[in-house]
Amino acid sequence: MSGAAQHHFSFYSRYRKAVSATLSMVALLLMWEAAVFVFAPPVWLLPAPSDIATELFAFPAFYAHHAVYTIRSALIGFAIALVVGMLAAIGIVYSRFLETTIYTLIVGINSIPKIALAPLFIIWLGTGVNSKLAIAALSALFPIAISSVLGLRSADPDALDLARSLRASGFQVLTTIRLPSAAASVFSGVKVGLSFALIGAIAGEFVASSQGLGYVIIISQGTLLTTRVFASLLVLLISGMVLFYVVSYVERLLIPWHVSQRGSSEHVMI
Amino acid sequence: MAQKTSSQRGLHPASDRPITRDYVCVSDVSKTYQTPRNETIEALSHVSLTLTTGEFLSVVGPSGCGKSTLLKCIAGLSAPTSGLITVNGRPVKEPPPKMGIVFQRDILLDWLNIVDNVLLPIRYTRGHNPETARQSAMRLLDTIGLAGFEHNHPWELSGGMRQRVAICRSLLLEPDLLLMDEPFGALDALTRDELNLVLQRIWLRDEKSVLFITHSIQEAVFLSDRVVVMSPGPGRILEMLEIDLPRPRELEIRETPEFGRYSSHIRALLERHGAFRR
Ligand SMILES: Nc1ncnc2c1ncn2[C@@H]1O[C@H](COP(=O)(O)OP(=O)(O)OP(=O)(O)O)[C@@H](O)[C@H]1O
Ligand SMILES: [Mg+2]
Repeated sequence: MSGAAQHHFSFYSRYRKAVSATLSMVALLLMWEAAVFVFAPPVWLLPAPSDIATELFAFPAFYAHHAVYTIRSALIGFAIALVVGMLAAIGIVYSRFLETTIYTLIVGINSIPKIALAPLFIIWLGTGVNSKLAIAALSALFPIAISSVLGLRSADPDALDLARSLRASGFQVLTTIRLPSAAASVFSGVKVGLSFALIGAIAGEFVASSQGLGYVIIISQGTLLTTRVFASLLVLLISGMVLFYVVSYVERLLIPWHVSQRGSSEHVMI
Repeated sequence: MAQKTSSQRGLHPASDRPITRDYVCVSDVSKTYQTPRNETIEALSHVSLTLTTGEFLSVVGPSGCGKSTLLKCIAGLSAPTSGLITVNGRPVKEPPPKMGIVFQRDILLDWLNIVDNVLLPIRYTRGHNPETARQSAMRLLDTIGLAGFEHNHPWELSGGMRQRVAICRSLLLEPDLLLMDEPFGALDALTRDELNLVLQRIWLRDEKSVLFITHSIQEAVFLSDRVVVMSPGPGRILEMLEIDLPRPRELEIRETPEFGRYSSHIRALLERHGAFRR
């Protein structure tokens, strides 16, 4: 197989995807702008995209400050969830005891919407950044832990036998077989976990905060500054997308061998 | 004629190993599986056999008769319900050292390229020079016809090529015992013939003890010093058959009347015990 040809192909397809995504986005915005121009709703009901852009460019430092606050809470919470979730998953897969205790608990608690716990964390940890971190971490923990457990368990039993027949230690089996087998599943948990962390951080800010995009949205809603709500949403949207693409990029770097990442021209989407 | 019989090989004078003429000794082994629904499946029933040092022994039997179970017990991957297995004189409690396995599926790791797959065994054992190991991996890939594919990934190889890589991996650390569980079961007849020849060549050169599991009577007779015939499950040993054909064997040997007699004997035996359901 020619490496150059394959590279060329994937570059081309990525490029085409980006172009069509941008085009459909632009079309949507134009329709929105046109609709606002034609029906002229009051600006507190529906601002035009141009209003939102003007707002954003008028106060870049304001939006940057609040966005950084929110994203930092989300990312720190996410990092905590990643470490705790992976360690918990490894413990659960290796220990019957942890499986029957922690895993059952995790699956149980997962059915509670984490946002409903936000007021509790505000009571416990105050209205500062700590409560936001905790809510973000808790929200991200479950998808990460659960898909890591599934991934670690889905290692090919024959591959485990192979490693054991070569007298691999438990730790070697973990690093050479189980973790690589789990990688794709962990990444799908990580993607969900990251967006959940962002939701968690925003939810915390909704409940009680003096900073962050969630805070801006809630305050602006109270004063009917709808343009500001939309501008905050736009910043959130863009941040979320950037984070998602960063994770996808890391995934491509770390597991280029996985079926989902091969990007060969031989496989067609069905 | 370069006739090489099992007895000559077993008494190899240059051997400095402890004089255990039987490299593997399976005595009165039974294995019962417990299913999650609390049924029991008897997979092996009172199996006894020995694998002489340097011997090529095949096990043939119908599907589900417990061949893989037997291999896993010998490999220390699964414990027999009763009976004793020794490898190189020591009871098997965990996978013994100096053993290589080729499974029915190639089990190449997608996250490693071909040469790193072959090098997998040195990740688990200390005291190997990575450079010399890499050289022997390259040499093995070369002898088996895969030179130039070192840096490819497993999914870029055909089924036959993948199985060759698995064979190289099992040979990397020069095991004394090679366990093969229907390694060519999924291959087409041509590739299978070729790999039979390759395997025979490697075995003639390296004097390993080989336990070879197969569905194919022809393959068993072609490769083996002795063939163990097993009954449909629960597996019992029906007969142990010496294959007294000269080595090295060419594929044409399969057309000879002696070869035909061995094959039809085994086939008749399996038929009498209801291996071929109609
Ligand atoms: N892990 C297991 N749990 C329960 N039953 C099992 C297990 N492994 C094998 N068995 C049962 O044991 C019997 C023998 O299985 P085994 O895999 O040893 O057969 P085999 O001779 O290798 O068959 P094949 O030639 O098709 O590979 C079968 O009836 C099978 O259902
Ligand atoms: Mg089998």
